[in-house]
Amino acid sequence: MNRTGRVAVAIALAVLPLVAGDFYINLSSQIFVAAIFAASLNLLVGYGGLTSLGHASWIGLASYTSAWLYLKMGVGHMISAPMALGGTTLVAGIFGWIALRATGLGFLMITLALSQVVWGTAYRWASVTNGDNGLTGLTRPAPFGIDLDGAAAFYYFALIITAFSLWMMAKFVNSPFGAALRGTRDQPRRMSALGHDVWLIRWIAFVYSAFWGAVAGLLYVYYNKYIHPTALSLTNSAEGLLGVIAGGSGTLAGPVVGAAIVVIMKNYVSAYIERWNMLLGFVFVAIVLFMPDGLVPGLRRLWARWRAK
Amino acid sequence: MDYPLQFWAIQTLNSLSLGGLLFLLSSGFSLIFGLMRIANLTHGSLFMLGAYVGATMLKFIPNLWLAALAGGVLVAAFGALFERLVLRALSGNVLGQVLVTLGVSFIVADLCLMVWGGDPIPVPTPESLRSAVIIAGLPFPSYRLVVLGIAIATWLGLYLLMERTRLGAMIRAGVDDMQMARAVGIPVSRLFTTVFFLGALLAAAGGIIGGPIMSAYPGLDADMLPLALIVVILGGVGSLIGALVGSFIIGFIYTFGTAMFPDLAYVILFLPMIFVIAFRPQGLFGRVTT
Amino acid sequence: MTPALQIGGLRKAFGGLPATDNVSLEVMPGERRLIIGPNGAGKTTLFNLITGDLSPDAGTIRLFGEDVSRLRPHRRAHRGLARTYQIITLFSGDTLEHNIALSQLGLSKHRWNMFRPLADYADLYGEARRVLGRVGLEHLARRPISEVSYGEKRRVEIAMALAQNPRLLLLDEPLAGLSREERVGVTGLIAGIPREVSVLMIEHDMDTALDLAERITVLHYGSVIVEGTRAEVVADPKTREVYLGD
Repeated sequence: MNRTGRVAVAIALAVLPLVAGDFYINLSSQIFVAAIFAASLNLLVGYGGLTSLGHASWIGLASYTSAWLYLKMGVGHMISAPMALGGTTLVAGIFGWIALRATGLGFLMITLALSQVVWGTAYRWASVTNGDNGLTGLTRPAPFGIDLDGAAAFYYFALIITAFSLWMMAKFVNSPFGAALRGTRDQPRRMSALGHDVWLIRWIAFVYSAFWGAVAGLLYVYYNKYIHPTALSLTNSAEGLLGVIAGGSGTLAGPVVGAAIVVIMKNYVSAYIERWNMLLGFVFVAIVLFMPDGLVPGLRRLWARWRAK
Repeated sequence: MDYPLQFWAIQTLNSLSLGGLLFLLSSGFSLIFGLMRIANLTHGSLFMLGAYVGATMLKFIPNLWLAALAGGVLVAAFGALFERLVLRALSGNVLGQVLVTLGVSFIVADLCLMVWGGDPIPVPTPESLRSAVIIAGLPFPSYRLVVLGIAIATWLGLYLLMERTRLGAMIRAGVDDMQMARAVGIPVSRLFTTVFFLGALLAAAGGIIGGPIMSAYPGLDADMLPLALIVVILGGVGSLIGALVGSFIIGFIYTFGTAMFPDLAYVILFLPMIFVIAFRPQGLFGRVTT
Repeated sequence: MTPALQIGGLRKAFGGLPATDNVSLEVMPGERRLIIGPNGAGKTTLFNLITGDLSPDAGTIRLFGEDVSRLRPHRRAHRGLARTYQIITLFSGDTLEHNIALSQLGLSKHRWNMFRPLADYADLYGEARRVLGRVGLEHLARRPISEVSYGEKRRVEIAMALAQNPRLLLLDEPLAGLSREERVGVTGLIAGIPREVSVLMIEHDMDTALDLAERITVLHYGSVIVEGTRAEVVADPKTREVYLGD
């Protein structure tokens, strides 16, 4: 997107709450959460060549840690946020070490198994997580005393966090480390021969990706003021993955667009079709079979062909 | 922590029957992964679909074993069709195949919800096996013993298939070295469909055989798939003996874990998995691939 | 003088079949050593053992006196080892200069930087273009690998290794698939490699390779059959036996 385009988007985002109703403002906040989630997952999938099916674990771990600290220990957000982020990143370090013992399909299976263990624990460890009832009565933070309970206020908060997160991820991707990560995706053996520690590069990418997943998790629990085990489900991880492949894993912006599409589809479609899961499944199959580069490049091609007629 | 002998006896039998069901589920998964290099995330849904289809079939075929066979074949046929039409089109695209199996698992799960509703459907235990067998003064539900027997018989059958038949030799060759297998003229595409059919059959039949113990309910697929994954990670991909040993290890850990530490049963499952991955990433019986 | 490479009793078997059978050899600093042998003699396996892509069943590998037998491949690169591949394994979606930059990054502390844009490292790309100049490809620096010819890709393979400023360079069939003129160019390139770099080369093209080699090691079924100067090896009846099955 060129400069004018970017400025236009920035202006549109800035004035949205002034022109749209609460429903659209809230929808946009949800899109922000999904955008950080999908973009962070894409650091692994698109740039690292490692497909993880356990990304939702980070949302869950960060959300539950924040919620538990508040409800059980009365800890305020200033302390619970870094603790939630730190704790989740620590667990990610361990999970990453385990999962990277195998690459390719082994990695995928292990991330799935690990995330299912976390999900199952969220359901069963009722004394901590309140099981199927979830944890309610949560609050949003009040940075500098500003109340974020209103839709517009939270929107701007989420917008700032999202912009910052994407900016940091862009730096990561454009850095020498990002180039090395892409190298390990394309020719891991060669990268080793050149002196790069492929395992360490992947592990760092895994942990970094999880950190931003945790950031998405905090935004998620602040937005909903509620956390339930379904947030850690395979379906949630799959929706993130859908956002990545729908938007195209080759760029940083692709997953953001993809995530927006998934959130909008979910919100609108569920009004007409009860079977969101089935639709999700069909969309997955359709995209993989017919538009493997993602919706965005696929649609662009269709658009170009239509223009040519 | 004082548990009566009765407790140990019952939980042991439960572990063995769960292990048996897990073997039916994971042997197919392991074969498909080992031969076709596809992590078939639809496998849990095939198990669940088998349970539902079987439960419905029981209304027309009052015999559980026939219903299991009929339901299994039906679901397996659907699985084979999926393999030929969809998975084949994506051969070489590993990520695509995984995503597609994931997508289909969602479709099947929602389909089951749509057709059979949200309430669990109980599957009646066959009349002849409703009683308990007395061993050493303790009552053991007969049906669970039979499930264990079926699992062992299945393992034996699969072992004979793999070691004594041409089909088995071809499968083993394919698992060992796909390029060589193709080079010596093994009809790989027909083999793939056959193995997928077999794997799906085992899973679906397992679902209905497990019916009297677990019922058919929404979410059965999500409960079973991670267990199958952990079994295969533990036992090693493509290894039948690995699937057998892994299934019983997980059966025991899960059953006793849920009984003694219900809150943390899942975390306990975690531990053998980490242990194996840390010291033997290829699984207990798996082979190291370069 | 410490040998650049010292291999002792190296063994590697695949399922009972010995691919490398009790191989011992020494390459002195600055030497140009050629490894030849019929297909399946275990030449590439030997290379993979030296680089660490395969771990030996037995034996030791010493790089300039240091035992590297247990070191992972990337650590050996840091000890001065570089290699090219028989099959082109370049980063085909990237430009030539990006490929070389990745090679330079491998040994640079900057490879861990997660915050500065890669584009900021002007000397990295400048140096990359210089290395490309050494192989006569500076004019193609900004082109993607997918758009250059096979012969040019073979040169990039060599440039990748040279960019590491190695002390020991392993060339795995650098002339494979090249036309006659291209072969002359690449041979000249290899001949022009400075003496600070010891070169170990696998090649099938006997005419050209013999010109480049000072000492030759002949492998057959994983073991060393003949070793010596060019003249000695050519004259030895065992060499002829291996190739012509007399």
